[in-house]
Amino acid sequence: METPAAIRFDRLGQVFETGSGRVEALRNVSFEVARHEFLAVLGPSGCGKSTLLRMIAGLLEPTSGAVEVFGRRVDGPREDIGIVFQKPTLLPWANIEDNVMFPVRHKRGRVGSHDRDRAQELLRMVGLEGFGKRLPDELSGGMQQRVGIARALHMEPDILLMDEPFSALDALTREEMGFDLLRIFGERPKTVVFITHSVSEAALLADRVLVMTGRPGSVLTELPVPVARPRGRETIKDPAVTELAAHLRDLLLQRDAA
Amino acid sequence: MSLSMPDFTKPESKRPDPRRILAAPGVAAILTILGTVALWELAARTLDIPSYLLPAPSSIFSTFPSIGAERWMGHVWATLRVALLGFALAIAIAIPLAIALVRSPALNRTLYPLLVIVQSTPVVAIAPIIIVVLGAGDAPRIVITTLICFFPLVVSTATGLAATPPELIELSRSLRAPAFREITQIRLPFAVPYVFSALKISVTLAVIGAVVAEFCASDAGVGYFIQFSTSMFKLPQAWAGLFVLAAMSLALFQAVSWAQKLLFPWSLPRKR
Ligand SMILES: Nc1ncnc2c1ncn2[C@@H]1O[C@H](COP(=O)(O)OP(=O)(O)OP(=O)(O)O)[C@@H](O)[C@H]1O
Ligand SMILES: [Mg+2]
Repeated sequence: METPAAIRFDRLGQVFETGSGRVEALRNVSFEVARHEFLAVLGPSGCGKSTLLRMIAGLLEPTSGAVEVFGRRVDGPREDIGIVFQKPTLLPWANIEDNVMFPVRHKRGRVGSHDRDRAQELLRMVGLEGFGKRLPDELSGGMQQRVGIARALHMEPDILLMDEPFSALDALTREEMGFDLLRIFGERPKTVVFITHSVSEAALLADRVLVMTGRPGSVLTELPVPVARPRGRETIKDPAVTELAAHLRDLLLQRDAA
Repeated sequence: MSLSMPDFTKPESKRPDPRRILAAPGVAAILTILGTVALWELAARTLDIPSYLLPAPSSIFSTFPSIGAERWMGHVWATLRVALLGFALAIAIAIPLAIALVRSPALNRTLYPLLVIVQSTPVVAIAPIIIVVLGAGDAPRIVITTLICFFPLVVSTATGLAATPPELIELSRSLRAPAFREITQIRLPFAVPYVFSALKISVTLAVIGAVVAEFCASDAGVGYFIQFSTSMFKLPQAWAGLFVLAAMSLALFQAVSWAQKLLFPWSLPRKR
């Protein structure tokens, strides 16, 4: 028997009824994400990328079509999904370790020594060993976003949703974070849906890139990234990556001009 | 060349810089107050202002010992007790009410207009009615105080509860966590700065509330003391009462600020 895809969108549509009228955000969106695949999503602003993520997370019900996660129709929030937001949105009163453990404390009301050990391990993994007792505003923006990633991984989700996680960072930090992601997911593969506006980030990180059209958002095209793993710093100069990035840029610019 | 350059690495001379002293917290405020009192005294003496219009500070201060510490303490305690109990009751009502308003859009639509109406009604005008209804004792005074100081608390707490980053609310929902933890672990802590700025306003309003209540019916308290002194044409004594009230308000305001600094240091703007 065929194993079900990690995520499957089936002719999904989303219409928002707002005070000022109907907004058709998504139309007839169909695609699949395989288990442990890294999918990057590119598309013009307002084409419904964040809306897609919210539907995978079960935070929003589609007005037509369906989303399936591991073969089961999504009908509410599920715990095996971690989310990384554009802003780190940490709790300013809690230290870094408590921030990483927040999902557990929030869900169960308390944390155990196992959760603490796991937080330590994750902080080591995202390069923040020894920062556990600091408060968020003692950390730089990039470091805070690493805490956000560690927090999303703490409940060991099968699927990680990342909504423009590096867009608030400066260019160099952003590149650095990309290399870190390659290493982190090299160590423990995850199914990742990664929204970005950066074509080179998409080409460096993803197994496949999904390009969306403007509103109403639909799938323009899907392109595989023809570069083997493991990838690293040199990958960013790989001709296959730079060519794909250039092609993606053309696709997006054409859409804008049209 | 380099020898003639001033050495910036050396600390400046040890003599305290007068500008630095003036910038120290509180110094400027104290100097302003002392200066005002000195000017006042000077004006009262040279311009021969009648003491029922504006008594000189010296004659005001001389009433402090003549009243005696025990009587002062009695009046201060009577006012403070009502102000603090009314303030506590206001907190106990306002915060659950704010939570209810944020949790339920229906309540927000129905209850909020009612709150605005209550707030728009001059409490000073209904104070005598409350006293008649609730009778003698602290109860009516506490109710009047609560009515005067709870509104800013409700509004500000509700604003703070709603100002939580939406990402964290989505995170909470995606975890399918119990709803009360969204309040206790996310919304309430995020509202702390809002709650404290309202607490600072409310605590001074509580003193006003207690005084208003004493004006209506009372036989003790600083407000009562001011009214009684005025009716006896002891104006310097009334002014002394006023100073005591101002000091009480200031002390309560400071106490709330310290409580915030002590309990929720992270909620204060960071100094870098
Ligand atoms: N809750 C909502 N109510 C009404 N309209 C909404 C809602 N959420 C999203 N929209 C609309 O749906 C469209 C898609 O929004 P979405 O946030 O998914 O876009 P996006 O692709 O993530 O954009 P960006 O790249 O700017 O983040 C937008 O036009 C937005 O205004
Ligand atoms: Mg978005």
